[in-house]
Amino acid sequence: MNATPLTQGGNAYNFGFLDEYAKKEVRRAVLKAIAIPGYQVPYASREMPMGRGFGTGGLQLTLALIGPDEVMKVIDQGSDDSVNAVNLRRFIEMTCPGVSTTTKTAECTLIQSRHRIPELPLTSTQIIVLQVPYPDPLVVVEPSEDKRKTMHGEADYSRLLVKLYEDIVKFDEITISHRYPTRINGHYVIDPSPIPRWDVPKLDDSAALILFGAGREKKIYAVPPHTRAEPLAFSDVPFRVEDFRDGAGQRRACARCGSVDSFLDEFVSDSGGKTYQCSDSDWCDGVEASA
Amino acid sequence: MNKILEVRGLSKTYGPGCPQCVESTGPEADTNLCPHCGSVVAIHDVSFDLFEGEILGVMGESGSGKSTVVKALYFDQVPSSGEAIFYDSDKQHELFALNAARQRWLRNHRFGMVYQNPNLGLNFNISAGGNIAERLLMSDLMDYGAIRERAKALLARTEVLLSRVDDLPKHFSGGMQQRVQIAKALATQPPLLFLDEVSTGLDLSVQARILDLILEIQQELKTAMVVVTHDLGVIRLLTGRAIVMKYGRVIETGLTDQILEDPQHAYTQRLVASAL
Repeated sequence: MNATPLTQGGNAYNFGFLDEYAKKEVRRAVLKAIAIPGYQVPYASREMPMGRGFGTGGLQLTLALIGPDEVMKVIDQGSDDSVNAVNLRRFIEMTCPGVSTTTKTAECTLIQSRHRIPELPLTSTQIIVLQVPYPDPLVVVEPSEDKRKTMHGEADYSRLLVKLYEDIVKFDEITISHRYPTRINGHYVIDPSPIPRWDVPKLDDSAALILFGAGREKKIYAVPPHTRAEPLAFSDVPFRVEDFRDGAGQRRACARCGSVDSFLDEFVSDSGGKTYQCSDSDWCDGVEASA
Repeated sequence: MNKILEVRGLSKTYGPGCPQCVESTGPEADTNLCPHCGSVVAIHDVSFDLFEGEILGVMGESGSGKSTVVKALYFDQVPSSGEAIFYDSDKQHELFALNAARQRWLRNHRFGMVYQNPNLGLNFNISAGGNIAERLLMSDLMDYGAIRERAKALLARTEVLLSRVDDLPKHFSGGMQQRVQIAKALATQPPLLFLDEVSTGLDLSVQARILDLILEIQQELKTAMVVVTHDLGVIRLLTGRAIVMKYGRVIETGLTDQILEDPQHAYTQRLVASAL
């Protein structure tokens, strides 16, 4: 294996910051994750020049996968311009010379995202990497990792379903807003990172490869292309996405672009009024430009 | 009569174990602690049969290994040696040779367990209905309405107030907790039920109602049961046959009436004389 030190321009780091051995380890974990859809593959999780919990898991995946001809997009909660996204994009630009970055979902080949999947359907030539704070959906019902592993192995998720049952008893509906437990390929249940429920159906039969990286918890898992992803639910209380209808039953539209089929963020003004806007800024720009 | 369960040579030793463990423990040695290696011989060479719709009593003093027998059969503990065959309609399962997933399947679908301490059998942080739902969900019932109905029916059957179905069991009285446990164990209508000191620690009137309930259920569903208790009254009321254990060994076995009226072993004689 040839490490390619880049000394030009005062940059003494290897391409992609990580050394080649670290990348190889991550790639191996990725291959295993793809081979066993939904299984949490442990990996070393190197020290990164940022705090764990700031997307180091996603970043290590990105840096292990990125090549010089990559077109990269970084999103934080749907936006390309928020602090986390800007910092990560700058870091990638700095450590991966030759890589071009974009904010356009349609143009990119690799996406690193925090808490959203773009509204524009992804294609088979794209890979999306999601940053994960808590990889194990069972952590809410079982504190021992040893027991959780057995439960995953035996596909024993009844205690997660009891959680849903208790929700319906107490609130007449399932109240999980994000990190909705989702069964992959009929066996492993994953925590799909804090994406809203709106994005969960996008995991099912996705054309693009979806990778999940948890830096602090040292786990990588994947939803390979065209794999079944079913959110846990009861046969008579089906899963549903967020409801964006107003009091009169009218679907709220984005205040900026007028889109009525995207996930909306709620903004409260100083005077107390509420406005709604697309969470996916690239989608919003696209709809506005075409209008 | 059809056989439900056949247990042969069931043994469990805690500790390193040595060749002298077996001969230097037991009722004759008056201990279950091996003086040579310090291992505890919890049970040794326990064998019995259980038939459809029958209630078998396991009695003995504290530390005699009676709970270890049912815990091993319910897969809570791994036995050191021995075998147990469970006859399920047309199939038979060699319990300790199954893999973990099959064992879990049997445990969730075909067996039920009621512990002395409701803490073990119930999750105190979810509602009584949720506890029953958990067992139904384990056996792959995925319809919320059906789960809810079944949970309510079971709680009604075990005389828990329906208005408390969504309350946490930690707010229940001991007798109610025990009834919720029984409801949970019965949720999947298992052909085999293990009861570990179910009525111990409850006051007499509550005890009587719990025991009545168990008898009624046995009449109604023809569930085979293994009842572990130190209480001879429970043995007399519930069981048809019984085994008496001391220091991990079976010292006497036979019809309950026979054992209680005409005990053969010196220990059983003392036990019966002291209680009746």
